[in-house]
Order: sequence, then C-alpha cells, then structure tokens
Amino acid sequence: METQEELVRSEMESSESAQPKQVGFTVKVETRDLKAGFGGNMVLKGIDSRIPENRITAVMGPSGCGKTTFIRCLNRLHELTPGATVEGMALLDGEDIYDKTVDPVAIRRRIGMVFQKPNPFPTMSIYNNAVAGLALNGVKDKKVLNRAAEDSLRGAYLWDEVKDKLSASGASLSGGQQQRLCIARALAVQPEVLLMDEPCSALDPTATAKIEELITNLKKDYTIIIVTHNMQQASRVADYTAFFYLGKLIEFDETATLFENPREELTERYITGKFG
Amino acid sequence: MENGDLGKGTYRRRHLFDRIMTGFIFLAVFVAVLPLVLIVADVVIQGGAELSLDFFTKLPTPVGIAGGGIANAIQGSAILVGLASLIAVPIGVGAGIYFSEWPESRLSAISSFMNDVLAEFPSITIGIFVYIIIVLPTRTFSAVAGAVALSIIMIPIVARTTEESLKIVPVSLREASLALGIPRWKTVLRIVISTGRSGLVTGVLLAIARATGETAPLLFTAFGSGYFFNSLWSPIAALPLTIYTYGTSPYSDWIAKAWGAALVLVGFMLILNLGVKLLIGRRYAGVRAEI
Amino acid sequence: METGLTTARKVRPRRFGGDQILKGLVGAAAIFVVLLLIALGVELTEGASLSLTTFGPGFLIGTTWDPVHEIFGALPYIYGTLLTSALALLIGLPIGLGVAIFLTEKVRGSKLFGYALGTLVELLAAVPSVIYGLWGLFFLSPVLKTYVETPLHAYLGFVPLFASVPFGLDFFTAGIILAIMIIPTVSAVSRDILNAVPNSQREAMYSLGATHWEVIRRSVLPYARSGIFGATILGLGRAVGETMAVTFVIGNTPRITASLFSGGYTLSAVIANEFAEASYPLYVSALIEIGLILFGLALIINLFARLLIWRMTRTTRFRV
Repeated sequence: METQEELVRSEMESSESAQPKQVGFTVKVETRDLKAGFGGNMVLKGIDSRIPENRITAVMGPSGCGKTTFIRCLNRLHELTPGATVEGMALLDGEDIYDKTVDPVAIRRRIGMVFQKPNPFPTMSIYNNAVAGLALNGVKDKKVLNRAAEDSLRGAYLWDEVKDKLSASGASLSGGQQQRLCIARALAVQPEVLLMDEPCSALDPTATAKIEELITNLKKDYTIIIVTHNMQQASRVADYTAFFYLGKLIEFDETATLFENPREELTERYITGKFG
Repeated sequence: MENGDLGKGTYRRRHLFDRIMTGFIFLAVFVAVLPLVLIVADVVIQGGAELSLDFFTKLPTPVGIAGGGIANAIQGSAILVGLASLIAVPIGVGAGIYFSEWPESRLSAISSFMNDVLAEFPSITIGIFVYIIIVLPTRTFSAVAGAVALSIIMIPIVARTTEESLKIVPVSLREASLALGIPRWKTVLRIVISTGRSGLVTGVLLAIARATGETAPLLFTAFGSGYFFNSLWSPIAALPLTIYTYGTSPYSDWIAKAWGAALVLVGFMLILNLGVKLLIGRRYAGVRAEI
Repeated sequence: METGLTTARKVRPRRFGGDQILKGLVGAAAIFVVLLLIALGVELTEGASLSLTTFGPGFLIGTTWDPVHEIFGALPYIYGTLLTSALALLIGLPIGLGVAIFLTEKVRGSKLFGYALGTLVELLAAVPSVIYGLWGLFFLSPVLKTYVETPLHAYLGFVPLFASVPFGLDFFTAGIILAIMIIPTVSAVSRDILNAVPNSQREAMYSLGATHWEVIRRSVLPYARSGIFGATILGLGRAVGETMAVTFVIGNTPRITASLFSGGYTLSAVIANEFAEASYPLYVSALIEIGLILFGLALIINLFARLLIWRMTRTTRFRV
C-alpha cells in the first residue's frame, strides 16, 4: 500500500491534470498554476481549476490542505495578511484578477464572501448590516437601499423573521440568523460569485439545514464555492466537488461521481475516512 | 518539594500562621484604603466651608481681604485642558490607529516604544522642555505653553488606549468589511473605529482627567495668574497651580481657598473616573489616571 | 461575453487613494511621536550642556548647591530622590502586594466586593499629586510628627535613622506619601501578574495539603517573582518622577544624612522650587541637567521594569 506521500508525488508527476480541460459547463472562475503561501511556506502549490457558473462547487480536504487559502485567493483577501505571497493567475470570466491594472476592491464587489463564524457588524442594526456594502460605498438613495435590504434579506431567507425589527442590533439575532444576515449582506452588493468558508460549522443542525436550503436556491443567480469538511453536506448541496490535499488539487468532478467512484486513490482514502 | 517542607510543626501552627497572614493582608487593604477616605474627608471638611456661589464666580481677592473666589482657576484649567485636547486627541488617536492597523511596520514598532517612554517621562521635565521651546523664544509664560505641555502628557495615554481598543476589534470584522468591497480606509474609519469607540472615548476622558490634575508641567509654562484669561500669550491660572501657590503660602485665607480649590478638583477627578468606570463596566485593563 | 472587468474597473494602483491618505495621516502622527521624543532628548541635553561642560561628571557627586557662588552639585538631590523612593517601596510594596493578593486570592467569592475594593484602590491614583501634597502638609505631617516621629526620636534617638529633631517635613513623611501614591500602581501590576499564574500551580500545592497562605507563599509568589519584582521597579519609577506631593512635605533643604527625620530635597522638588527663579544661564542649565538626570533615572528604571514584567507575562505592554 503506497503511503500518502508516494501517492501525492505520483499525482504531481502525472501529466494528467486533476480536471480535464474540456468541461461540460461554462467556466466562471479559473485558476492557472495558482501558488500561495506565507513567508517561505507554500500552502497552495500550483492549482489549475475551473469552477462552473451558477453551480455549487464544494472544496474539501483534510486540515491544512489549502482550501481556505484557495478561496481567499479568489477574492484577493489572502494578500492582506502580512507576509502573504501569491503567484499565478486567477481568472474571472476570462480576465486575470491579479493583473496589475486591476483594483482589488472592485474584485471584492464581484466576488463576495461569507465567513465561518457569523460576523455581523456589532454597532449596526440589521438593516444597516444588510446594506453596509452599499451604504459605505456611497449609495445614499433611500429607495435603493430599502429595496436592496429587502431583496437581500429575502434572498437569505431572513426577511420574514426580521422585517419588523430592522432597527434592532445585528448582534441580537441567533447564530443561524446572524449567518443569514451575513449572507444577505454579501448578496446586497450583487456579486457574481459567492465564496463560503465553512458557513455552517458554528451552527446547529436546524440552522444548517436552513442555510443549505438557501444556498441551493441561490445557485440560479450566483456561482457558489463552498469550503466544507462535511462530506454529507457536500453531497447534499454541491453539484461539483474539488478535493485538495497538501496544497494540490487532487480531483475535481461531479459530486456524485467523486464520492461513489473516485478516480484517485487519495480521494478514495479521504472519503472512506482513512485519514483527516 | 518534599512533604517535610509543609509539615513544619503541627497543622494547628500552620493554620495559625495562615490566619495571621490573612490578618496582615486585611490590614494592608485597610491601610491602602484609609488614606483615600482621609483625604476625601479632609478635603470635603476643609474645602466645603469655602464653597459658595462667589467661590465659583469671583476672582481671588488680595491677601487679607475676605471673599473672592477661584473662578479664574476653573476657567484657566478648562481652557488649558481644552486646548491641550485639541492637540493631543488627533495626534494620539492617529498614532493609535497606525499602531493598531499597521503593526508590522518598523515605524509602528519604534513609535509605539517611544510612546511608552513618553508616557513615563517625569512631568516636570516636560515642563522644562516646553519652557525651552516656547516660553524662552516668546519671552512670556503663556496659555499656549501650558496647553502644549499638557498635550505632551496626554498624547501617550490617548495613543495607547486607542491602540488597545482597536486591536480588540476582531480581524473577522475587518475582513467582512473588506470582503464587501469596502476600501481599507473606510473599513478603518467606519467599521473598526465605531466598534472600538467606547475604548477610545474612555482613553480621551482618562487623558483629560490626568491633564486636569497635573501641576508640575504648568509651573513654568502657564505659570498661573490672579486674573481671568486675557490672551493666549499671557500667563493663565489653573486649579492645581492655585492649590500649590495658595497652599504653600503663609496666609490662612489663601490656604482656605486652596482647600476649596482642592475640593473642586478632587470632585471633578472622582466624578470623571467613576464615570469612566461605569462606562466600561469592568476594570479597564489599560490606563489609569496618573498620580 | 461581456466581462465587467474590462469596463471602467481597470485602474492603476492608486497612489493617492483613500488608503494612502489615511496611512499617510496616521503615519504622520506616529512620526510626530518619534520626533517629539527626540526633540525632548535634544533640547534637554542642549539646555544642560552649559552645566555639563562646566561641571562634568563631578556634578553627579557634588554636594554643594550654591546659586550665589555659582557652584552646583546634584548629589543631595539624587540622594533625596533615591532615599524617598526606597522608603516608598519599602512600605508601598508590601501593602500593594497585600491588596493584590487579597483581590486575586481571597475575594474569589464576592465579585461585587472585590470590584468595589479594587475601585477604591484605583481611585487613589485618581487623586492629583498636588492634593496629596496639601493633605500631606496639613494633616499627615503633623500626625506623623506627633505620633510617630517624636516618640521614635525620644526612645530611639541614638539610632542614626531617628537622630534629627522631628519637624514633620522630612524624608520620612515624603516617603510615606510616596508609598501611598504608588500603592495603586504596585497593586494593579501585581494583580495582573498574580492572575497570570496558572491555576494548576495553585491546585498542585493545595492537593499536597497546604494552607491557603502556604499556597500563596510557596507556589504563587515564587512563580510570579520576577513579575512582582518588575512591579516593584515600576513603582520605583513612579516615585522617582513624583514632584508636587514631595515638594510640600520634604522640607526643601539639600542635605545628605542618614536621619529620616531630617529635611531633604529631591531632583524634581528642586526644579519645581527654583526653576522660575533661576536668574542666570548657568543656574538654569544646572537645573536642566537635574531634569536630565531625573529623566535618565526614570528611563533606566522603567526599561528594567518592562524587561522583568515581559519575562513574566510575555507582554511588553503592562497595565499601568
């Protein structure tokens, strides 16, 4: 039985990439030889990937495999950590977001993010949280803001629960509600891609179910990439799954195929619980 | 550690020793709190007699003549601390923001270290400094000099508390804001500062308390005066200066005024400090008003 | 397919954008702090230069301070500062530590009581120095003179410490006032340090059958030793820089003597009293040099304290 190391090395040497170049979907986000790390330590060791538009793609792998770093590279959040390094290309609709002429702030309006622990702004009301991305970027028209608040809160399946207390503090909501508020906040900016970093890991099963239902509904309008360590969640929600290991993309396929009939041995080991 | 160490004598003797030491500790607490009680009592008793409407509204009368008040000192302190705040708050908050948001830069490390050194500077030497750079060239004691001296004392306090308040704001809030496509400067000014604002306000209030109580740096900058404020470039009165000058004089009516002024000053300090405590609820692990 | 990126989003990395402006402004404030400190050092040294060149290192050991004959020596003031500060520590440290032990070890149960007590001790620090002075002059000094100094002198006058005829305005009273003033500092820092001692240390001792005091003395205090030492030095730093309270009660006569009941003088007090009256450049310069010595002393002490506390709590920012 080959060790993990030998398997990874043989994968790296093989000329076949983890994802065939011809795919049956429209590519929204693509990375080419994306490398990223901190100081001298490389976390992502050259990722080639193609993420489908208007689908949910799960990113999975054991701790330390680089999945969070991967999505933080996609909204250019990774580079804000002191000492962080990024190389390679990440393309949104075919254009490199790391091009020197591109403004990272603009990218982040097109690629939104929801974090692991709900983080509504504590000094703002529910309403102000929802429209924060617009209001703080200079949108003043009350009608526009009200519309955005309602639309995004509806889209996050939160409207009915908060419509009568929009001026209450964002922190007064339960954990699950707070996370939906954060989703609404991200949606209000009308991004094209939504990155989600283990959004349900701090929530109870009921809240999780609600959010999974909501995400499934969102994919018709957004491209969603969700980092998760929960295989059941991935099989419930994701159309496609990417399996990362030690900074490499090992396999990318339709979720059902990846779980039932993985091509790579490493993938199979992970799924059957033989490690991480 | 062997069992023998703890077995000195019988258990009763050790227990007795434990009781005695506990007694000493209670004694220490008593001795620590006693002066505060005595001081406040003394100030209230001696100073209370002086309080009257006149005391707060009139100028001091010449020695030997009854009546008069310390209105000029109250006004002077307000002006000095107000001016000092105008200088110290922007600089202190600015430096604090820099230390908190750009901690990895070399300037941050050097400046925050120097800020700490500045905080421990004996306040009388700051008075000397301001004397050299302002009083000498302008050939006059002045409100400006006094305010500058006080601002130098306030800056480190404001900077330190600002830094600490902003550092407590979780990284994930900053990231949430940035992830929405809000530029960094707006993230700092609107999100981070508003989340940390109670700490910031506390810091400014504590700095004001400290500045109001300082005497040494005003001795040869503001210098003190028997009259109301008349210009930024002439000497100005202040509560602590009045207390010092009158308290060390040989005249009993001046000494009485000193006690009255002391009551006003202590009252202000205690109210401000207690107010700050209430504002933040628990012991603020940061700055205390200075000695 | 139209890509949003090609339309109007492309922008050169902004050199004068909001980010740069903010960083520039607050960075300027940080630079200002550095410049301020440098200016302080430069001006003080320059102001003292006349005296430095006139008297050289002899200034530090010179015992004569004679403005009339233009002879200046700082030793009596250095002595006074060190003596009063040492006294302050001798008394203030055990009390401050006792309060800290009380608040961290003994008041586990009643949160409100501990909080109220802690507040009272902290309020000691809120009292301005000049008011300590006033109180010291009119209340503490006569009390100490009558009930402590006179009896001590009467019965133990042969001991050099108590040899002078007590007058009340002396090293002793100044030391006591300083002790009271540093109690909040020592207590606050000690509290932080004692809280930093892990509970496992205490529990290990308790499980060996120790009484509460033994736990404190044998496991908590030794663990916290260097931090408490640091708190001590910090208190020393405060005491050294203290001006107003001392000026009221120390007697303001430059004297080097072992007797605690003798009048004395400190570095800060002489500046406070004589600076405004210094009538010629050498006099002023000598006083500025005193200020420089004072600053140097405070700086060394505080750096040392910071080092000690850092070793204990791994933070360079201590709670003062």
